[in-house]
Amino acid sequence: MTDTALSTHTDESVADFAVRARTWLAENMPPIDPDNPPFMVRAEQQSWDRAKALQRTLHAGGFAGICFPREYGGLGLDMAYQKAFNAECRAYEMPLILNTPSFTICAATILDVGSEEQKRTRISAAIRGDEILCQLLSEPSGGSDLAGVITRADRVGDKWIINGAKTWSTSAFAADYGLMLARTDWNVPKHEGLTMFLVPLNAPGITMRRITEVNGNEEFCEEFFDGLELGDDAVVGAVNDGWTVASRQLHHERRAVGGGSEFASGTGAENASEMPPDHVGLAEATGQGGDARIQDLAGRALARRIVKEQLIEHVSRCIANGSLPPNAGTLIRLFHAETTELEIDTALAIAGTAAVVDDDNALLDIGIRYLSRQTGSLGGGSSEMARNVIGERVLGFPREPAADRGVPFNQVRRNKT
Amino acid sequence: MTVAANPEQMLFASTAQAFLEKEASLHKVREIHSTGGSFDARWWQRAAELGWAGLLVPEELGGGSVSGDSIADLAMLAEQAGRTVAPGPLHPVSVVLAGLVEAAQHHEGLIESLVSGETVASWAVYEPGAPFSPLTPSLTATATDGGYRLDGVKDRVESGDAAGVLLVTAALDGVPRQFVVPTDTAGVGIATQRSLDMVRHYARVTFDGVEVGADAVVGTAEQTAHIIERQRQVALVLQCAETVGILDAVLAMTNQWLLDRHSFGRPLASYQALKHRFADMKLWFEAARATTAGAAEAVGARSPQAAKLVSVAKAYVGERAPVMLQDCVQLHGGIGVTWEHDLHLYLRRAAQNRAMFGSPEDHHRVIFDLSRKVPA
Repeated sequence: MTDTALSTHTDESVADFAVRARTWLAENMPPIDPDNPPFMVRAEQQSWDRAKALQRTLHAGGFAGICFPREYGGLGLDMAYQKAFNAECRAYEMPLILNTPSFTICAATILDVGSEEQKRTRISAAIRGDEILCQLLSEPSGGSDLAGVITRADRVGDKWIINGAKTWSTSAFAADYGLMLARTDWNVPKHEGLTMFLVPLNAPGITMRRITEVNGNEEFCEEFFDGLELGDDAVVGAVNDGWTVASRQLHHERRAVGGGSEFASGTGAENASEMPPDHVGLAEATGQGGDARIQDLAGRALARRIVKEQLIEHVSRCIANGSLPPNAGTLIRLFHAETTELEIDTALAIAGTAAVVDDDNALLDIGIRYLSRQTGSLGGGSSEMARNVIGERVLGFPREPAADRGVPFNQVRRNKT
Repeated sequence: MTVAANPEQMLFASTAQAFLEKEASLHKVREIHSTGGSFDARWWQRAAELGWAGLLVPEELGGGSVSGDSIADLAMLAEQAGRTVAPGPLHPVSVVLAGLVEAAQHHEGLIESLVSGETVASWAVYEPGAPFSPLTPSLTATATDGGYRLDGVKDRVESGDAAGVLLVTAALDGVPRQFVVPTDTAGVGIATQRSLDMVRHYARVTFDGVEVGADAVVGTAEQTAHIIERQRQVALVLQCAETVGILDAVLAMTNQWLLDRHSFGRPLASYQALKHRFADMKLWFEAARATTAGAAEAVGARSPQAAKLVSVAKAYVGERAPVMLQDCVQLHGGIGVTWEHDLHLYLRRAAQNRAMFGSPEDHHRVIFDLSRKVPA
């Protein structure tokens, strides 16, 4: 498990490490204004080329993979060193888009449950800036019911033959390998017949295309598998134990989204669309800074944003001291989604017609952003699933009846075609 | 707050809890209400003996806090009191003491008497027909030979009928100042105002040529705005903490109800529609706790962010709490709107707290102003 990353292999204190990092960063990394950072557009290949180049620089300087074990290309240091580095690198351009999912979810999971060979090759390549990892989990047949995937991996001789489709794969177009969940046994209940594979994305038998979102974003991909051949070395963990691997991914994803992963390097916002709208600036730009009704609207959104930060700290502290269960991380996920909806709605209300008809204020982006308002309430599990988790795993209420519980998967009813 | 309490704080909290459960139960609240009372003066003295009124007061003035963070201790106490919507003048006495200790000279005797529970004091800050705006009083103070003369009217003075002393905001030469006025001074007239709460009483207080000595003033003209701001912050933190206690009790009650109550052969808690509503309330409750703790921490540390963070806490807790209370009524069904059920005791206090010391909407505008890069 990740405990392997907690051993410290250095005599250098955190403070000395920070001083050395400060000097090195000043000499080697491009400086930025941390209050007005340049954003990398995740949908563009050049962003990923740039991120890889920055990662190579970090690796050459000996500041890459700080919390990954030395034998897999990291520094083998504990989180205090990464935190110190994060504080030092705020004013420098960092390959932030490599953090999630590549490092914080995929490499972290391979470190937990991958084979020795997978750890030595894939983790070290990611740390060197040579490779990027992604997740191939959701399917066109359904989003929330992850264990119900129907992409199949059939045993033919000493090979696995993959047929099916995946969707909503974050930045898969830029990735080299993907963690792909497939069904290997249809005669057992759904969680028991899954296997996780590490798939080279340039292999024959894979067709990938971009998904175009309503806001024009093309970061997510869908993949079609048509007789893709994989060997046993592609299996992550054990055959038919893929749910264990997927659960580790979900665990690491929750930690990463909450800002609690030791495998993330640098803490800035990755892109402009993650930045909350500037409600005060918007009110003033539209000449409404003195309007009591607008002040009320904007103040409410500003308050909610601060409460969100306070909730993240509170929940993290409560999980650490045991007064809330680990699943309470879902509270952060749901509050984040609700806050984003409020922030976007409030910006739209303040902007008025300027959000729907382009004028001198150039606020049409607020309208465009409104169109994709629900993405935060859908991605990584819908808000409704989050409420189920809170109801059942945090509050301990009775679980939803599930028609597929304990039923062999080939007898479970599926979508009407 | 309830999170990360040290052993002394936990002992203080458990002692307070035991005292409140025995002496300030919901049954007791109903009993006091039926007699038309507010609280028993001897009961408050016993609470004061447990140290409740001394938390904000330095040791050299006869007080002392459990953890060294007096605001955190007091907020914990207010949260406990919220669990049984306890009677008593914890809020007004604490707010007055928060002001007095900032400029204690000439007020040492009053502070001692408040700490012992012998005297009850309240902040006379609201004025008829006007919203909460502590820095712009209409009540006037005029310098006289031996001191000051006060003329004007205050209202919504909590525990005004039980207070021996009022801390009164007044304009002296157009500048806000505060004066300590014993309620038995000639020219002070007190009339009780009905309120939504079962036991919390308010009063309208007239000042008709009220003469006080030169020592009655609290702090200098320069200090006063800061002292009033400190009182405002303490008032809001305690109010939010009390509401968090209310929410904690009501959610626990509703949680149990959903598990116990069956319809169509299933517990209510098994219905997804209800489970999702309760999941939302759990989320809002943790957020209310988080923002109240954040405000208490900032006020305790006298952070420059404290003014904004108390408004954030009040805006959030004040907006959410009554909504959650009514949702709990709905989840209880018809029993929730009966006099017999205890929910309305909590709903009353939550609605009271939403309105007093600035509505959520008022605080939204404060937050907007404090968030401007260039002050308007």
